[in-house]
Amino acid sequence: MENSMDFLLWVRGPAFDVAVAIFLIGVVARLLEILLLGRKSLHSEPKGAEFSSGLAEVFKRSVPLPDIVKRGAVTLVAGYVFHIGLFIMLFLFVPHIELIESIIGVRWPGLPNPVVDAVTVITLFALIVLLVHRYIQPVKRMLSGFEDYFTWLVTFLPILTGWLAYHRVVDPYPLILGIHILSVQLLLVVLPFTKLMHAFTLFLSRWYNGATYGRRGVQS
Amino acid sequence: MVDSITLGESLRRQGVSRRGFMKFCAATASMMALPPSMIPAIAASLEKARRPSVIWLSFQECTGCTESLTRSHAPTVEGLIFDHISLDYHHTLQVASGDQAEAAREAAMHENAGKYIVVVDGSIPGPDSNPGYSTIAGISNYDMLMETVKGAAAVIAVGTCAAYGGLPVANPNPTRAVAIQDVVKDKPIVNVPGCPPIPTVITGVLAHFLTFAKLPELDSLGRPVAFYGQSIHDRCYRRPFYDKGLFAETFDDEGARKGWCLYRLGCKGPMTYNACATAKWNLGTSWPVESGHGCLGCSEPNFWDAGGFYRALSIPTSDVTRTAAAAVAAGAVIGVAAGLANKAKKSAAAKQHQTVTVDQLGEG
Amino acid sequence: MSSLSLERGLYDFKAAIDAPIASFFSSCVHCGLCAEACLFYVETGDPKYTPIRKLEPLRRVWEQEYTLFGKLKKLAGFSKPVTDDELEEWKELLYASCTMCGRCSQVCPVGNDIAYMVKKAREGMVSSGHAPEPLVGAATRAVKIGSPMGVKWPAVQNQIKHVEADIGLKIPIDVQGAEYMPLLSSMEIINFPEYLGALAKIFKQAGITWTLASKAFEATNAGHQIGSSDIERELVARVVDEAERLGVKFVIGPECGHAFNAIRWDGPELIGRPYKFRVLHIIELLEQLRAEGRLKVDSKVTERLTFHDPCNMARKSGIVKEQRNLLGMVATNFVDMPDAGIHNWCCGGGGGANSMEEFEHLRLKAFGVKRRQLEAVEPELLVTACANCRLTIEEGLEHYKMEIPIAGLTEMIAEHLKED
Repeated sequence: MENSMDFLLWVRGPAFDVAVAIFLIGVVARLLEILLLGRKSLHSEPKGAEFSSGLAEVFKRSVPLPDIVKRGAVTLVAGYVFHIGLFIMLFLFVPHIELIESIIGVRWPGLPNPVVDAVTVITLFALIVLLVHRYIQPVKRMLSGFEDYFTWLVTFLPILTGWLAYHRVVDPYPLILGIHILSVQLLLVVLPFTKLMHAFTLFLSRWYNGATYGRRGVQS
Repeated sequence: MVDSITLGESLRRQGVSRRGFMKFCAATASMMALPPSMIPAIAASLEKARRPSVIWLSFQECTGCTESLTRSHAPTVEGLIFDHISLDYHHTLQVASGDQAEAAREAAMHENAGKYIVVVDGSIPGPDSNPGYSTIAGISNYDMLMETVKGAAAVIAVGTCAAYGGLPVANPNPTRAVAIQDVVKDKPIVNVPGCPPIPTVITGVLAHFLTFAKLPELDSLGRPVAFYGQSIHDRCYRRPFYDKGLFAETFDDEGARKGWCLYRLGCKGPMTYNACATAKWNLGTSWPVESGHGCLGCSEPNFWDAGGFYRALSIPTSDVTRTAAAAVAAGAVIGVAAGLANKAKKSAAAKQHQTVTVDQLGEG
Repeated sequence: MSSLSLERGLYDFKAAIDAPIASFFSSCVHCGLCAEACLFYVETGDPKYTPIRKLEPLRRVWEQEYTLFGKLKKLAGFSKPVTDDELEEWKELLYASCTMCGRCSQVCPVGNDIAYMVKKAREGMVSSGHAPEPLVGAATRAVKIGSPMGVKWPAVQNQIKHVEADIGLKIPIDVQGAEYMPLLSSMEIINFPEYLGALAKIFKQAGITWTLASKAFEATNAGHQIGSSDIERELVARVVDEAERLGVKFVIGPECGHAFNAIRWDGPELIGRPYKFRVLHIIELLEQLRAEGRLKVDSKVTERLTFHDPCNMARKSGIVKEQRNLLGMVATNFVDMPDAGIHNWCCGGGGGANSMEEFEHLRLKAFGVKRRQLEAVEPELLVTACANCRLTIEEGLEHYKMEIPIAGLTEMIAEHLKED
């Protein structure tokens, strides 16, 4: 690789293929690994339906309980700002929409670039708050290990480098754009083997949880 | 043949007034981002400059670079400077052909040893390629290039083909073509890429060389920073639309007619470094984006393989959909295998369960 | 039959892991919000009580046995095996500081059912020999004698005689074909025998046929508490066999949380088939009778009162409206405490935690949250429908010098029944 254009073309080409391949193989394999363990079918008399309750919980679980809002305020606020910001950056930024359309053939309107820019800054800030909080809050500190900090970094870098690329802060542009794409590829490759899988498995977990509530007639 | 008149004398003979000459020197200084205090120095140097011998080698090229250079419809001082150089060898422009042409080249090399400039357009089949892909007078491009640059003062690679390989190196590169800088390692090289380059850029480099007897400041890709130091994106007049998120989505929609940003139609402006957005083409008439077509990125290495002229820069160059489909299938196979193994392990563990009795608990 | 060992424990950990559990472990992002829902963490501030951490041994088994990456790590020598020492340390976390109340499961943003996992993890704790001594004792008495408190049928018969004398009604025993078969908990028989009398009075007014079973009067399930499905099954089977032999239509769970859970939800899975009868919580039955107009009171409780929702009843079985409808019938001044209903805070004594004397200090500290709930409403009377909750709360109130009497809902209704 002799120059930054070669680097950019490499990340936009073969590296993309490899990263997407590892990502999808990993995610699909992990999901099947989980699902095939199965769940015993139950004989007790149900009070309500599992399906509708399971589905409802997938959405309802996004609303926290009032006392948790008080006790877990930092985690909740910074966590939501991060996730919503991530969603906006990933799916409502026009260059990303072009990328997604080229893969799955569907497109939708985006937000103006300066709006996404502002959201990015807020998201980066939220991530830093989450990092600090993870280290100083006793429960999170105790729960956290190498994987937690590593996945934080692997999540932070694409957003940071994307912002740097958009603002053309590093010269030449192909270099910083290439670094951004490479950092995304790192995230993709790491995701299936870490807690980042929650992006997919949370739907299963919330479902199972809600299904139990439904079965037991609990209006959650 | 070289004669001993200076550039100053040559210009005067062609009717360029002192005033006109000084205006040109000021414009040159400004284009090179040099301070006004340099103007007298530029004037003095150019005044005294000897007619350098220039040998122009054309290899795997389309002659577009020469066309670009010679198509100025109004004589400019740059054009006259070009006329001033002693163009001792050029396939398209020279009158001689065959043995006579080659003899002229060799004579120029011999007489001006160490002082002539070699201008190259087109890429060459690499040293490990079949030389038969491109020969001149029975000599392979590679041999002619290496032989000709031996006594050169400097090499100017004009056009993206010479600078980075251009079209011939595009996938699958059947001629195993390489760029000039890939094989010439011991001479100063200036890359003047573009497909073709803007004429004033070519002559500007020559003017710099004539004025300062050295090559201009180059970037990491060997291009003169004066002309290639800014990206198209940073100088594009449509940039406010990019910033506001207003994009043309087809070539004839409302956005296109209103002159909105062409990012979604494949414009490679963000990754491209050239002077098109400021110097423009045809003496400042227009340039691709202004005409409503996205920048191709033609002054960058491998722009032909950069993912399609009409696909946005953020789209990968590989067929990701196909990879994705294959990966999902592979993941399913691996996942089912792993999942079934898990199931078997769980059943085996359950079979190993021995009923817990309170007697056992009591022992515990 | 070999004795309990780490090897058996590990097999049981492996066998306990199903798709939901694998999904839960995959989803946990270490956000720590489960701790904010757990009364043991909230009142002590000690992060070791973080709910998901209680599952760490089970999680490692899952990772090492059921994930490709974990299996590779194990091969490369990078994984920590689960040891006896670790499980011994985890005894406190899985038993003394967890009542399986399920609040953590309600709160986890990714939807993990942590309480479910705790129950399953206890399986391996038992077979590896790391179940707590007091629960071992209770389980042994339950299996060998018939009740965890060692209460035998003759003792019950004695209580029955007293109750019959008190209320002037006969208690039916082993009646073939009776519609309803209530179960009792040892706690009630010994500490709150009024419950039995209340049942008799209510059933008489409602005009339903019922019977106790001499061979299956005990509802408490020490197997459920200790987390051994074998022992839980043995105890449930006694009830199921008798109920099906007597041909009753309904088995009625008493005012006891885990006992209801065991017979209502776990029983059929343990015996591998649906029952030939249906199970109702006594409060569910009373509400049905009230709604049908078969329950009439002629006086009301006028004190300012509130209700403590037992976890097994409300959050884990969805019985929430029923008690409030019944209180609406028999009380004039009912007020809900904050976080009432399915979001209620555990009393701190369920799931076997109450029997761990050694950790009484922890339970009393954890009671702080219940105390604050009560201080917010300042009731003159606290009503509940679980004998274990009653006992635990009584201990807590005494410790904090709070003078709030506690009443069981069934007894309260019986006291105000219209006399014909």
